[in-house]
Amino acid sequence: MPKVTVDGTEIEVPQGATVLQACELAGKEIPRFCYHERLSIAGNCRMCLVEVKPGPPKPQASCALPANEGQEIRTDSPMVKAAREGVMEFLLINHPLDCPICDQGGECDLQDQAMAYGKGWSRYDENKRAVTEKYMGPIVKTIMTRCIHCTRCVRFAEEVAGVEEIGAIYRGEDMQITSYLEEAVTSELSGNVVDLCPVGALTSKPYAFEARPWELKKTLAIDVMDAVGTNVRLDSRGRQVLRSLPRVNDEVNEEWASDKTRHAVDGLVRRRLDKPYVRRDGKLHPATWEEAFDAIAAVNAGSSVAAIAGDLVDCETMFAAKALVKDMGSSLIEGRQTGMDYDVSSLSAVNFNTTIARLEEADAILIVGSNVRWEAPLVNTRIRKAIRKRGAKVFGIGPETDLTYKVEWLGNDLSLLGKLPKAVKDAFKDAEKPVVIVGGAALAGGHGGALALAKSLKLVRELEDGTKWNGFNVLHMSAARMGGLMLGYAQPGGIGDIVAARPKLAFFLGADEVDYSRFADSFKVYIGHHGDVGAHAADVILPGASYAEKPGTYVNLEGRVQRGDRAVFAPGDAREDWTILRALSEKLGHTLPFDTFEELRAQMAADAPALANEGLMTFEWNPPALDKKSEGEVAYPIADFYLTNAICRASPTMQRCSAELVHGEDFAEAAE
Amino acid sequence: MLADKDRIFTNLYGYQPWNLDAAVKRGDWDDTKKLLEIGQDTIIDRVKASGLRGRGGAGFPTGVKWGFMPKEPKPDRPNFLVINADESEPGSCKDREIIRHDPHKLIEGALVAGFAMRARAAYIYIRGEYIREAEVLFAAIAEAYDKGLIGKNACGSGYDFDVFCHRGAGAYICGEETAMLESLEGKKGQPRLKPPFPAGAGLYGCPTTVNNVESIAVVPTILRRGPEWFASFGRENNKGTKLFQISGHVERPCVVEEAMSIPFRELIETHCGGIRGGWDNLLAVIPGGSSVPLVPAEQIMDCPMDFDGLKDLKSGLGTAAVIVMDKSTDIVQAISRISYFYKHESCGQCTPCREGTGWMWRVMERLRTGDADISEIDTLFEVTKQVEGHTICALGDAAAWPIQGLIRHFRPELERRITEKRGGGTEPMMEAAE
Repeated sequence: MPKVTVDGTEIEVPQGATVLQACELAGKEIPRFCYHERLSIAGNCRMCLVEVKPGPPKPQASCALPANEGQEIRTDSPMVKAAREGVMEFLLINHPLDCPICDQGGECDLQDQAMAYGKGWSRYDENKRAVTEKYMGPIVKTIMTRCIHCTRCVRFAEEVAGVEEIGAIYRGEDMQITSYLEEAVTSELSGNVVDLCPVGALTSKPYAFEARPWELKKTLAIDVMDAVGTNVRLDSRGRQVLRSLPRVNDEVNEEWASDKTRHAVDGLVRRRLDKPYVRRDGKLHPATWEEAFDAIAAVNAGSSVAAIAGDLVDCETMFAAKALVKDMGSSLIEGRQTGMDYDVSSLSAVNFNTTIARLEEADAILIVGSNVRWEAPLVNTRIRKAIRKRGAKVFGIGPETDLTYKVEWLGNDLSLLGKLPKAVKDAFKDAEKPVVIVGGAALAGGHGGALALAKSLKLVRELEDGTKWNGFNVLHMSAARMGGLMLGYAQPGGIGDIVAARPKLAFFLGADEVDYSRFADSFKVYIGHHGDVGAHAADVILPGASYAEKPGTYVNLEGRVQRGDRAVFAPGDAREDWTILRALSEKLGHTLPFDTFEELRAQMAADAPALANEGLMTFEWNPPALDKKSEGEVAYPIADFYLTNAICRASPTMQRCSAELVHGEDFAEAAE
Repeated sequence: MLADKDRIFTNLYGYQPWNLDAAVKRGDWDDTKKLLEIGQDTIIDRVKASGLRGRGGAGFPTGVKWGFMPKEPKPDRPNFLVINADESEPGSCKDREIIRHDPHKLIEGALVAGFAMRARAAYIYIRGEYIREAEVLFAAIAEAYDKGLIGKNACGSGYDFDVFCHRGAGAYICGEETAMLESLEGKKGQPRLKPPFPAGAGLYGCPTTVNNVESIAVVPTILRRGPEWFASFGRENNKGTKLFQISGHVERPCVVEEAMSIPFRELIETHCGGIRGGWDNLLAVIPGGSSVPLVPAEQIMDCPMDFDGLKDLKSGLGTAAVIVMDKSTDIVQAISRISYFYKHESCGQCTPCREGTGWMWRVMERLRTGDADISEIDTLFEVTKQVEGHTICALGDAAAWPIQGLIRHFRPELERRITEKRGGGTEPMMEAAE
């Protein structure tokens, strides 16, 4: 651990730290543009210059300089001040200074640092450079005249997103950042370059000219677009969520978010269910809450009742529905709405046991039936990291697809699980931290085979440092899945059991992927927020709240309990889901025993203690003995990344992404 | 004057063919096996003893540089030698003469130097515009391969050594050693951050030494004739012979091999037939290629032409590309043109150089015509100081120094233009706002 002196104070810094990190440890702020903790070091903005002795008698770029024993670092000397002012002056001479019409205004690194480290006047009398806009797709708006060439976006695209589609062309002051052939960047993570851009060169296209950051109310929430549980901050004004930005959580999403997480929020104000509906004569008619409840009570279901949870619901809603169904005398609850029926006798066998963060450490990875890039983009980035950091070898069973890294595809046949090729066996034999990832599509025919691999490949082992390693993972793609399984939303035969029971009354909690034709005999009550498949099929619609409009508990695919807050209120007559169920329960004569959200949570905690506290759960490794025989082909469940749930299907941004990036439609923009 | 017997480059002017037969007659490839047999460390020691300093401009001791290379390279991380033939500095034209008239000196040097630093292969990165030169070099390498001089068991020494020639695409910045490595790897030619230095992680992440053509080409001769012979020329710390390239306002511009530390006046009188219009007509000299500051006539005349002598004049030897300017020169325009060159060739990676070179050139252009304010001279000087030493590579310094030299020595000329433009020193008429 080298000792360095920063502005006269001696501190000890970790081995391998840079001078910039040493300064930060000493509590000194170092201005920077190109440096980013999660990207490689470029050292090209020259803003982080500091004075370092011993060394040449000129300022050094602290982001790229290793901290060495005995260094004397000054961040407050006249040389450093002059260097910062000089670099800032250079950055500004060709920057348009159009802050009043720039979307970055108020959250711009250049603005902030110009205030703190700049000179406050200009000596530059020449004309400024102008750069033509570049097309980067439906998510990223470019105003390249503002670009300061920090190359963060280039490095992100190459290193994290894995698409080498952003780069620099030309040189000197004519250098321009552009996308390859000025076509849309084909990454589901492209929105992150907007956050990375320290100036207003890359801004959010859907959010253009919508709001200033200081007008927005910031709410901490959990994203529900996939099972990763991305930590987000919902920025809202009035009753509308204007944007969703990732929060830093190294265990989950680092500081990234997929484009769906970011931009599906404009679907929250479209196609909303804002009043109850009751079906009369085959048509849905607007109704009052009273009428809707009466219609449900009139079914007189007795104990013939079931609840089916969709992908986006929170644990509280599921618990309230479960309590109601149970009180009515039924145990028919199911969350795997598309019909999956894998064994859940031990949750350890259906959990992402390695955890998202530790996936980076893996050195051999077998992906079974999962298009990770679409099912969990932020798990995919961790696999990329494992390849980059640990040189992990990746094998795949399933239809070949581009996961942004090299995968050795073994074929689309689950029986391969029983007879892995030698190359795979060798790789896993040498591996210290082997990982198998089973996608939802492979659980039907390959769960037993994969679990057998866990044993034969010794995926669960003790590492040399004494810690435990569990390399068996199931990759879910639904935000409600793990929470649902913990609350018992699983029948042995899946949804088929419920169909067979022919319940008189069935509650569908935001379930839009169900095959409703199988429930022709049931009275279908849809409690949800969007007019999608479920609402079309329902006999009664009770308008609920989306994830942005209610506080909720979610469990992500690795068993991490996370809680989000309410950002805005649901539109119109829509209510938070648990209050709907509570009110309805009274009407049905099975009054639920909680009057406040806190009471609900307390009872939920009593039912499933793991949901009481936020944090990662560990399931004891106790896999069921399943039939080892694996067979069948895999078809990835997601046909269109951008249209996987009711919210994004309602989002114009996601629709456009789908049309352009998945279906290859051309969106020529009119010349300005 | 350097005696003919002491010249290393005996076919500098191409009076004889470049090919292998002629080269062998001139003494190249003469029992190279024996040269190698003295051992790798001995070769490095002898090069160190000869006092050879890098001929590419920076003047770093060549033997010391070789000593940074790992002594026992791992099989999956071989050592590489990269030879910088991207001679793009305005005024420089020595490597070109070596390559087109004496390529086997370079190839033999590559083998010897590569052997000494345990390199697996040498990459010669030749400037894109050198088309005929590259043809000669390719042919010469093919000849050497045919005769078994390089390749497997080079010269029968048991050492495997390959030489590859790679053509650049016309970017000055690719002459910077790390930008050259990027370019060789197929990337955009942009200098890398140092550390890590190429000797630690260079080409494809392997230990690499980048040397100038001349530094490599002189090595076999140094070893044959002994380091003492080479060290007998020039002053202490500035040993050896050197190719000087004199261009501009002399009677006979030429490239000539001379002993280091030869006084400027002797160099010009002996080889170039004197200054055009006599010594009184000399205005200024850029002694080391466009990137070093100019030196006014009275200071340069009796200055010894070597690293330290010119450093004392706040200039540098650079590549010894001596650009002579007589009093007919528009010195401001000359420097402005150099300034344009650096603006054009800046890679655009780091801020001060990307933004500063354009700014400096634009101010220079206005100073040339006098459309400026006198205070802008100071501003310009400050801007050059803001660029110098703040960039990743030395191009920022190279862009700043010529302007600093101009302001240091010719400020009255700059002021004269501004005042004359204003009509004899009076304040300009204020124009009404439109």
